[in-house]
Amino acid sequence: MYVEKSKVESIQKISENIFLIKVLAPSIASLVKPGQFCNIKVSENSFPLLRRPFSICDVEGDYLFFLFDIHGEGTKLISKKKPGEFLELLGPLGKGFNYNDGYDTAVIVAGGLGVAPFPLLSKNLSANKKVISLLGGRSKKNIVTYGLKNVLAATDDGSEGFHGTVVELLKREIKNISKDNFRIFACGPTPMLKALQKYCVENNYDCQISVECAMACGFGICQGCPIDPVNGDSYLLVCKDGPVFDAKSIKL
Amino acid sequence: MADLSINIAGLRFKNPVLLASGTVGYGNEIAEFTDLNKLGGIVTKSLSLKPRKGNPPPRITETPSGMLNAIGLANVGVESFIKDKIPFLKKLDTTLICNIAASTIEEYVECTRILTHEESIHAFEINVSCPNVREGGLEFGNDLNAVGRITEKVKAVTKKPIFIKLSPNVSRISDFAKLVKENGGDGVSAINTLVGTAFDIYTRKPKIKNVTGGLSGPAIKPVALAKILEIKRNVDIPIIGIGGIMDWKDAVEIMIVGASAFQIGTVNFINPNAGVEIVDGLKTYCEQNSIQNISELTGSYQI
Repeated sequence: MYVEKSKVESIQKISENIFLIKVLAPSIASLVKPGQFCNIKVSENSFPLLRRPFSICDVEGDYLFFLFDIHGEGTKLISKKKPGEFLELLGPLGKGFNYNDGYDTAVIVAGGLGVAPFPLLSKNLSANKKVISLLGGRSKKNIVTYGLKNVLAATDDGSEGFHGTVVELLKREIKNISKDNFRIFACGPTPMLKALQKYCVENNYDCQISVECAMACGFGICQGCPIDPVNGDSYLLVCKDGPVFDAKSIKL
Repeated sequence: MADLSINIAGLRFKNPVLLASGTVGYGNEIAEFTDLNKLGGIVTKSLSLKPRKGNPPPRITETPSGMLNAIGLANVGVESFIKDKIPFLKKLDTTLICNIAASTIEEYVECTRILTHEESIHAFEINVSCPNVREGGLEFGNDLNAVGRITEKVKAVTKKPIFIKLSPNVSRISDFAKLVKENGGDGVSAINTLVGTAFDIYTRKPKIKNVTGGLSGPAIKPVALAKILEIKRNVDIPIIGIGGIMDWKDAVEIMIVGASAFQIGTVNFINPNAGVEIVDGLKTYCEQNSIQNISELTGSYQI
């Protein structure tokens, strides 16, 4: 783990409210595993006070990529960063996806900006693995396909792809996939993850989910991000024990 | 070269920079980012006799220049602390203060009685002011008699210095400091967090599950300074200052109003190396201002 003052290389607007930022962070880039995150200080003063957690979206050499939308003061400030300005990154944090062995087809299930960790995962999957990426969003403009392979979309308003939720799309597609030995990798809003978790547990599907939670430090000292395990009396921490968990192991 | 070391109740600290309870866990996580041996001391996460699960999420939210937390004293309990956490802590070359939280006076006494045998623990901080646990902490912190009794009974089972961590959520904090002194306490830590809350205007729900939480961060620094000054002007007792310290300038300010040492908390979440940076900043400040010993700063206000 490093604290790294990182120069902004570029900010690319991907859609109306979604941006991809590229920053130079060689120390962190050398360690990143798919599914890990950075806790980012977006300003040099006390506003906002706390860091903000962001999934690491992609890595190219010494550069890291983060995908974000503007939904608060912190993300608004990041969106205004210019090339040459700095962000202070702390990372890589958390445990990433377990993606190396034990399956043939990777099924990515993402809701909205939940696509963020998957470009790196897709890139790092070994060549002999099949990938299918199921993306859900409210509307066409919420579907971000950056860095993803073999994409099928689901939208709430039917403006792109399947008309319905991404979990419903998965239920439809699973017939085509289920003859293979597959593993589901998921990230998205909690209601989506809950629906997915229920479906996967009922059908005994192998599923790893990346959850989101407000946190202060990102490395286990503030105790601000507890999550209830299925087994055990004490909470786990999203930052340190996650953010990726086996769908069977936690209560959402 | 200025001398940054300080002495409180016969206990030497290599400098006045301490990490506050609940913001450094048991030391091991933050050690990846900073050299704990350069700090004056560490105050460990509040311990209770038995493990505590803590409050359900959401536990924290950011507010203007601050944060609210309601962790609920989640901790591993005394037994696991001794077995699993002390082995790391005892290797550190810094002063170790063990913070204790409890639901009854007997529990404070029992925790202290067990832990006083641990050689690596140099002193105790008694938390009578956690705002987030119904049956412990703040109810004592609001009760002058209880604070006096806890001080006396805990002091009776240990020869090590005890510091009582006071609540700012009282009308006269100096009355509490006075009782700590009268009952044999070695010092006070001031202040704990301020009770606050925040609501989502669309869902109309509180932003933390516990509804109220403890406010910390730069937002509370002026309150901390006023409370410390009040104690300093009314009671002759060492004060460990706490409240919104973000850098060495805040640290100098809190010493000027009366603190012998101070603790940093919320800043550790943002900059885990802040303590070491503050030590360096204090060195430079002392040298530039011809201060031989940093303890000259304590209570040096010109009013």
